[in-house]
Amino acid sequence: MSITTRDAALLDTAAPERGPTLKGMEIATAVLLMAVGGVAIQDALRIGAGWGADGPQSGYFPFWLGLILVGASLGNLVAALRAGRRAAGGGAPLFASWGQLGLVAQVFVPTAVFVAVIPFAGIYLSSAVLVAFFMIRFGGFRWASSLPAGAAAALVAFAVFEIWFLVALPKGPVETWLGY
Amino acid sequence: MEEISLLMQGFAVALQWENLLLMVAGIVLGVLIGVLPGLGGANGIAILLPLTFALPPVSAIILLSCIYWGALFGGAITSILFNIPGEPWSVATTFDGYPMAQQGRAAEALTAAFTSSFVGALIAVVMITFVAPLVAEFALKFGPPEFFAVMFLSFACFVGLSRGSPWKALAAMMFGFLLAGVGMDGVTGQLRMTFGSLELMRGIDFLVVVIGLFGLSEIFQSIEEGLRFKGQSARITLGTVLRTWAELPRHAWLFLRSSLIGCWMGITPAGATPASFMSYGVARRMSKDPSSFGTGRVEGVVAPETAAHAAGTSALLPMLSLGVPGSPTAAVLLGGLIMWGLQPGPMLFVEQKDFVWGLIASMYLGNVVGLVIVLAAVPWFAAILRVPFAIIAAIILMVCAIGAYTVNSAEFDVVLMLVFGVIGYVMKKLDYPLAPLVLALVLGDRTEESFRQALLLSEGSLAIFFSNWLSGGIMAAGLVMLFWPMFGRLMAGRAKPA
Repeated sequence: MSITTRDAALLDTAAPERGPTLKGMEIATAVLLMAVGGVAIQDALRIGAGWGADGPQSGYFPFWLGLILVGASLGNLVAALRAGRRAAGGGAPLFASWGQLGLVAQVFVPTAVFVAVIPFAGIYLSSAVLVAFFMIRFGGFRWASSLPAGAAAALVAFAVFEIWFLVALPKGPVETWLGY
Repeated sequence: MEEISLLMQGFAVALQWENLLLMVAGIVLGVLIGVLPGLGGANGIAILLPLTFALPPVSAIILLSCIYWGALFGGAITSILFNIPGEPWSVATTFDGYPMAQQGRAAEALTAAFTSSFVGALIAVVMITFVAPLVAEFALKFGPPEFFAVMFLSFACFVGLSRGSPWKALAAMMFGFLLAGVGMDGVTGQLRMTFGSLELMRGIDFLVVVIGLFGLSEIFQSIEEGLRFKGQSARITLGTVLRTWAELPRHAWLFLRSSLIGCWMGITPAGATPASFMSYGVARRMSKDPSSFGTGRVEGVVAPETAAHAAGTSALLPMLSLGVPGSPTAAVLLGGLIMWGLQPGPMLFVEQKDFVWGLIASMYLGNVVGLVIVLAAVPWFAAILRVPFAIIAAIILMVCAIGAYTVNSAEFDVVLMLVFGVIGYVMKKLDYPLAPLVLALVLGDRTEESFRQALLLSEGSLAIFFSNWLSGGIMAAGLVMLFWPMFGRLMAGRAKPA
């Protein structure tokens, strides 16, 4: 009934939890946001961040935003480094354990595949497969009940969007074959 | 009283049968969204927004705002019965709500929660009815410097009132502003931060970001926590409702205080979640017996629910009268206004009377309808959680993908949604607030526009923001809010010399 009884059991047996530390992730995020700020500043300087003939140039506003972002991230970086020093005694707090990240990856990877396949297979077929896959993999359902359930979900979506609301969603070879 | 007659006209709009039907549909959908973890108010509305193009704006906003009221009601159901907050603002409701359910008083807790929600919302709507037109009339005098000052104040509030690190609130906000800047500069037509990509030329649509940040990331987090639903069941009988209602007038003062906290936190963009915690905290501190909180006190349900609903509702006041939303959900609704071709801001009260007053009237009606629906249908809504999470998660993923695609009919947006799902997951885990990011993304263009217009007026001098008492006063208030954390630290340092 719950998502992954099997995986949860695996989690319990893995004795001391390991994984990326909170401190490491804080630092990485701060550095990454600093880089975003840097890129924004660079782009702003490219298109002009000063005062043009007709008022502030296009880069004026983004330049200052980028600068503040770099400053704020610097604040976060310092805070992360300091917090690490304080908690140096015990075990460093984790961002998430590898087991937890594994669970997330088990959902993320199929979702990424789902997104990647949409342009080729259309959204309905991909959705049907996604629902069926989740039911088999995480819900412990049998093929015989999962496949019709996936197809039903896609059909309901088709009826609601394509027919009722007249919203055209990406379609693939199956829909073409059926005449849509 | 001009407001009363305008409100009556609004009721005439809201009471048209198709609008009533949309109201009921919106509430039911909203409660569903509130009950399901992974679909929140902001996210649910973002997904459905592209579907409302065919409707007239007033019907569209009635549908979407009713989804919001429904989500506010729905969050309480799972908090009390399953100890799983369906929405962040109902976390505080679990503290006393779930113990009550364990003691077999689930029906009483639910009735108290729904009634408190109703009272909180009602007080907030009454306030909106009379205060919003005044604010809008006042704001008609605003020029670009004043508008920028108002935006500055509301963003400064985020930094000053954030419960976590102010640096993180600032970083999230600037990230949002930069995302808003991607694409074509509306003033000069210059391309910014597109790095030669045709897809980025269109800009980054906030709906796609909201769906990723609030929808996908929620699924990732639920999976990580290994969601397992074990709940109490409840059926609300008329007898329990009447008995609970007979008890509630004793807490009149608590209702009023919680509503005021909620209204205040909703107008300043702190939002429903901090309001619910603050109200719970105050109720506990002012109680004669604080240690009994957390063991199943009805006050522990009344306080957060009243405040959360009052905050959620009053977040629409600045959205309607100034065009500055007070919460992510209000920000999504504001995005809707722009998409339906309405110009947000004080002129709305002058040019779109039917729209504004129809919406306000629908808030009164929607909350009455909502109260009746949730009281009557709790067992059915609770049954949703007995559907295996594997199915719910897959369907939510599918709906999110469809929602992201329909915004611009672009497959690239679905990829973008996935990216923001991961960003949202990491940000949530690291306590970066998401609300300032979304608000900055929605308001970015207009903030920049008023900033640049103001600078054009002054030929580049920042002194224009302090050139008259109005914008100067608002800017000064903003600066105080911005540096509030530092004042706080100084005061604490003085009180407790290390």
